[in-house]
This record gives sequence, C-alpha cells and structure tokens, in this order.
Amino acid sequence: MSTASGISNLAQALRDQHADTTIHDRGDRLLIEASTDRLYDLAVALTSDHGCEFADLAIEQHAEQDAEEDTASFTARYFFYADTGVLVEIVTASTNAELPAISDRIHAADWHEREAEDMFGIHFTGHPFMGDFILHDTVWPENVAPMRRGFDHGERVSEKGLGEDWQPPRLIDEPGLFAFPVGPIWSDYAESGLWILETPGEHIHQAHTRLFYKFRGVQKIAEGQSTGQALLLAERFSGSSAFAHGLAYCQALEKLAGCEVPARAQMLRVIVAEFERIRYHAMTIAELAGSTGLAVGKARGQDIEETLLRLSGEVFSHRYLFGLIAPGGLAWAPDDEALARLDHGLQAAAEELEQLERLLTASSSFLDRIEEMGGLSTEDAVRYGTLGPVARAADRTLDLRVSLPYGIYDRLKVTVAHETEGDGYARMRVFFSEIRVSAALIRDLLSRLEDGPFAAPFEVVPGAALGWVEAPAGATFHWLRVDEAGLIARWQVAAPSFRNWHAFQQVFDGAAFQDFPIIMASYGLSVAENDR
Amino acid sequence: MANWVFHSLSRGIRTTRWPTDPETAAGVTPGRPRAGVGSAELAARCPTEALFPHDNGVGVDFGHCVHCQRCRHGDEALAWEQDFTWTSKPEQGREALPARFSRSIHVRYIDAGACGGCMGEIRLIDAPAYNMHRVGIFITATPRDADVLLVGGPVTEAMREPLRKAYEAMPEPKRVVAMGVCAINGGVFGTSFASAGGVAAEIPVDLVIPGCPPPPLAIIHALLAVTGRTEPAELVENP
Ligand code: SF4
Ligand code: SF4
Repeated sequence: MSTASGISNLAQALRDQHADTTIHDRGDRLLIEASTDRLYDLAVALTSDHGCEFADLAIEQHAEQDAEEDTASFTARYFFYADTGVLVEIVTASTNAELPAISDRIHAADWHEREAEDMFGIHFTGHPFMGDFILHDTVWPENVAPMRRGFDHGERVSEKGLGEDWQPPRLIDEPGLFAFPVGPIWSDYAESGLWILETPGEHIHQAHTRLFYKFRGVQKIAEGQSTGQALLLAERFSGSSAFAHGLAYCQALEKLAGCEVPARAQMLRVIVAEFERIRYHAMTIAELAGSTGLAVGKARGQDIEETLLRLSGEVFSHRYLFGLIAPGGLAWAPDDEALARLDHGLQAAAEELEQLERLLTASSSFLDRIEEMGGLSTEDAVRYGTLGPVARAADRTLDLRVSLPYGIYDRLKVTVAHETEGDGYARMRVFFSEIRVSAALIRDLLSRLEDGPFAAPFEVVPGAALGWVEAPAGATFHWLRVDEAGLIARWQVAAPSFRNWHAFQQVFDGAAFQDFPIIMASYGLSVAENDR
Repeated sequence: MANWVFHSLSRGIRTTRWPTDPETAAGVTPGRPRAGVGSAELAARCPTEALFPHDNGVGVDFGHCVHCQRCRHGDEALAWEQDFTWTSKPEQGREALPARFSRSIHVRYIDAGACGGCMGEIRLIDAPAYNMHRVGIFITATPRDADVLLVGGPVTEAMREPLRKAYEAMPEPKRVVAMGVCAINGGVFGTSFASAGGVAAEIPVDLVIPGCPPPPLAIIHALLAVTGRTEPAELVENP
C-alpha cells in the first residue's frame, strides 16, 4: 500500500468512527484536531484497531506565561505511526494544565506522560504513579517546571529537594527482602544511574530503575539557540549515536525549509548512519562479552570497535562522527580515495565480526550466561512499546527504515533482523545480523555512489516539523519548532533508550545478582540518550 | 569449542608503543585546529568562541573547542594537527603526585553527565590497542582506593553530591582530572539550571583534558601527567 492511499484509508476509517473530530489529510501525515475529551478514544482506536504505534508526545506552552501559573494553557501533540508508512498527529489543547492519561491503555506513553508532568507541570488525570522521575525529589524542590516559558534556564534553582530524607520506593512487601542499590557511581566505567534490586539475598525479585542523574536539560537549553548551535547539542547529548540524532534533527529542519537533499548526499547519509550502527553494535557486543567475564571476547570486540573508530577518524575526521551532518546534506564530504579506504576497512572489520560471532557462539560458557537470561516477553515488548534491537529480538519487526522510510530507504533493501526468544542471546544475534545488513547496504551504495553535490543550499524557515531516524538503539523522533527569528522555540526528543529503559525492569525473571550486569550489557542502551 | 588462543595469537601484538615510540596511526585522534593565519570571519565561524581573532591571525582556546570541524573545511580553514598530547594544567592545579606513584596509580572514573563520546573513549583505555596497565594505570571501583578522580560530563545537578562525596572519600594525596570540554566548562551544555558548568564548580581540578571527546591516548597522556611522567600543554594558543 502506498503512503498516500494508506493515509486516506485510515482517514476514512477514523471519520466513520469519530464523526465529531476534524481530520485533515496533510499528504505527509494525518492531522487530527481533537478535544481533550476525545483524545483517549482516538488514541486507543489508533493503537488497538488500526495497528498504530505511539511515537512521541510533544507539549508546547502558549505565548508568554508565568512558570508559576496553574492555569497555563498548552498544545499537546501525540504522534503515532502505522507500518504502512502512515504518520498520525493528534493535536489537542489544554487550558487548565490537565490532560487525560492515555498510558493506562497505551503503556508506551507512560514515561512520556511522566516527562511532561515533570517538565511542564501538567497533571495527567488517571495516571497512577507520578513524582520522582526526571527531577529527583532528592535534589529538586516541588513545583519546578523547567519547560515552562517563564523558567530561567540559565540559573540554578535556589531551593532544595528532600536530600537524604528521600526514600526509594519499595515495590514488594515480603519478609526477608531487602533493597540493594546499584549506583549511581558503580562498576568501572558505568554510566551513572541507580538500580534498586529487591532481593532476599541472591535472586532478584524486582528491579526499580532510577535514571536522569545525567539530565542536562537539553530540550530547554536549546530554546533561543540558533539551529546551528542546537545541532551541536543534537549530536552530543548521545555521542554514541551522534549522526543518527543529528540526522533526525536536520530532517525536521529540511522539512520546514522544503529542502531537497541531493542524491549523493542522501547516499552518503545512509553510508554514515549504517556505519554508526555497526560501530554501536560492535561496542555492545564487546561490552556483553566483558560482562560475562569472557576477557578474550571483550578484547576482540574492543579491537574491532577501535578499528572502526580509527576508520571513522581517518575517513570522517572524527571518531564519533561529530561535525559531519548538516541541514541540506553533509557539512563536508570525504573524497573518493577516502571512501575507498572506508570500503576496504569496513570489509575487513565485517570479516572480523563474522569470526567473532563464530567464536562467541562456540563458547558454551559464554552462551550459558546469556541464553534464557534477561528475557523480554513479546507481550511486554509490545506493551512497553520497546524499540530497536531489543524489540526485534522479542518478535517485533519494527524498523523505521522500513515502516516509515526516510531519506532514500524506500529504495533500499533493508532486511529487518528478527528473533523471537527475547533473551540476551537473541539480542546478540540481532546485533550481529544488523551489522551484516548495514555492511551490505554500505557496500551496495559505495559501489554505485552518484556524482553531485554533498549538500543543497539551506535556509532556515520558521514552523514546526517532525524528523525521525532508526538510530542504532531504535526509533528516534525529533519534533522542532523554529520561531520567526530562526531560533529554536521548542525541541522534543523521543529517544529509543528512553522507551527501552522503561521496559528494563521487566526482564529479571529468574535472574540472580551476578546476572545484572550481563542483562544490562545485552540491552545495549545508553543512559545519556535517555537522560538528555 | 572456540579456539580463542589460536585466533588471538595469530593476530600478533595490537598494542601501541606510545609513549616510548610515537603513535601516528590514522584515526587515533580527531586532531585539533592550531592557531595560525586566518581572518576574523574564520574565527567567527566557531560556534563556541574557541577561536578568537588576533593581530597575527586566529588563536585557539582548546578548552572550548568541541571538534565541530567548522574551521577545518571550506575555502578558508585552519591547519589541523593530528596530535593528542593535549592535557593542560589550570592555574590553581596542584603539582604532580610524588614519584612513588609513577609506576602505579589508581583511578576512579565518574560519569557526571558525559555522553557516549567520552564514555566510549574512557572504556577503551584498557582495550588491547592502548592497554593502560602497561603504563601502570589501574581503574578502581571505589574512590577509597583511588589516587585520581577522572571526571567526564558537565556535572549535572543530581551528580554534584555523589561527585563531592567521592572526592571526600579519597585518601590524600589525591588529584582530579576533568576530561572533555564538558568537564572543563560545561561544553555545549554550558552552565544552566541542570549543569554546573564543569567539575571545578564542585571540587578542585588539577588537570584538564580538552577534546570532545579526548581520544584514549589523550586520556593516558593526562594520567601520566598526574605523576609527572609527561608535560602538560598550553590551553590557549596565539598565532
Ligand atoms: S573545531 Fe573547534 S575551533 Fe574549530 S570551529 Fe569547531 S569548536 Fe571552533
Ligand atoms: S566533552 Fe564532548 S564527547 Fe565528552 S561528554 Fe561532553 S559532549 Fe560528550
């Protein structure tokens, strides 16, 4: 089904069901204007009857209003997509800082609602568990809503939170069970975060994830910045997937400007994005081997990762691909000789990775630690709206390169990796299989790279638009509003780690203490990407 | 059975010989712009004010350079050097640790809001290519055993206290290294309601490593400088 007919079919079906809402077919998306009363039913209809996935919730506060004011009014945009390539946007207005929670039926929206609650001070009626989330009750006072317009983001908030008086939540009340905290500073080089493991001594009965120790307020500090300045943030809030996030951000800008990215630039973008995926997965595999104590496996994995980083440094001038993406195409492009080195280096690395996979899958002591470990059921994978490799290892086939193609992906053959068991081993197989698919994509494009400019002239145009990319860890959506002066007025980033960390606590069934780092490594998630 | 031994031996020694011999392999560092001839327009291209116009051309403040490469390409560009010996000593930085530490120092890394760039590079200092143990650098899990606190990230609000507690828990003598421009002055995250704008806002800093991110060899260079085995470089360069 083509996107256009997909949109009109869905529009018709929704008009029949919900006669009292205004539904526009905007060509690139279905725009539904709904009252807050209708929001819940529409959202549930989209996800339950029409197979849509919840993508993102972007809130905007109207005009100049005080941070303190309860009566502030907001526009809320709920984005959904169907794997027929249809994007749906529901717009609703709230005049009393209240919105109905949709997360009791659409659990994937749970953390998005909690984020909006913390950031905007919006109350989600019917949401069961609000409070300590992004703004920890330990450090932040009540009633801070940093995304509100009046909030001065340059200054530290002077009041303090509860400090040591804060008590971690206990989810199970059982005699003999105690809560064992892991973090926020832990392990050798782990990212900061807190995991509270409830345990009678060895087996983990329940895990509670407390993130956002690394909250840098990226979406707020970007406000008022030029688009070129905020691009630095887009690349750097999650440096391990810098290109993917930079690309999603630039696609939103290009949509506003009606900018056509030239063919060569499109192809180069795919090459770089797939290269980043390979490097990201290689890192995850090295970490996974290390987490099980398989030092030789880790060393081999890191050796490949380092080879890829050097290749990146040599060809793209930066080991983490900073400074390459730009609205309109690329900021600059490597010459043919450099691209030939990329081709050569990548083939060698791909062979090394194949060999590493063979060695790992022949190491029974390693497999024993990841098989049937950290299993995410398909039911939970769906319920939590998990994304990326984590989802594809649990019998979901979502991949924006195929379900909502951007750039030139609709003309490329992307085989979506797919495993069903949802355990650590299935995830590892997904990582390796995605590496193969990405390497093949790069090889194909390098062999038929079109001539032409690496960028089109680009000028900033005000307005609001959504850009998306299948980042290494899964789907990411960047919603941007650019004001009349060409500055960032609002930026909402939905990151794959955000969604997947939400489901993380579900995977400890049967796990013991020593499995915790292994399960975490097999997830391949970034805390920095989640915390923003 | 996987024959790891055979496969590993067949690959030979993969470890750099730096600092004994120079390391010039392509891609070990992103390099950095050097002060030189250039117009005020070139300096103005820098989004972080790391470049400044000077009578003789363009100067560079490495503490602000985020490797955005905007001064690297195009008609007018600065020359980049593929070095990595970037570590620098701020004015208030304490002297190097005594010689008895020089064969073995223990480092506790703290993620105070670092992105995957700095996180990725710090993990690699013990990868085969760099193998920090060969130069007597060890990572320890607790600050109580640490001689050096290596900190990445702009120091987020929720990491201020854990960072200070970790520093206080360390035995004397102790040193602090701020890794990456975020840890030096907040980097692209700056000073805000959510970020302290660098490590020095919370604890004393003895050495800084410019870079976004500094590559593994730049980190090793800094950790060697902690015990006086390498010399710190200048943070600001005039043409
Ligand atoms: S690479 Fe560094 S010095 Fe050059 S423009 Fe970017 S931030 Fe400025
Ligand atoms: S200095 Fe650069 S690479 Fe390091 S944490 Fe900051 S943004 Fe990331």
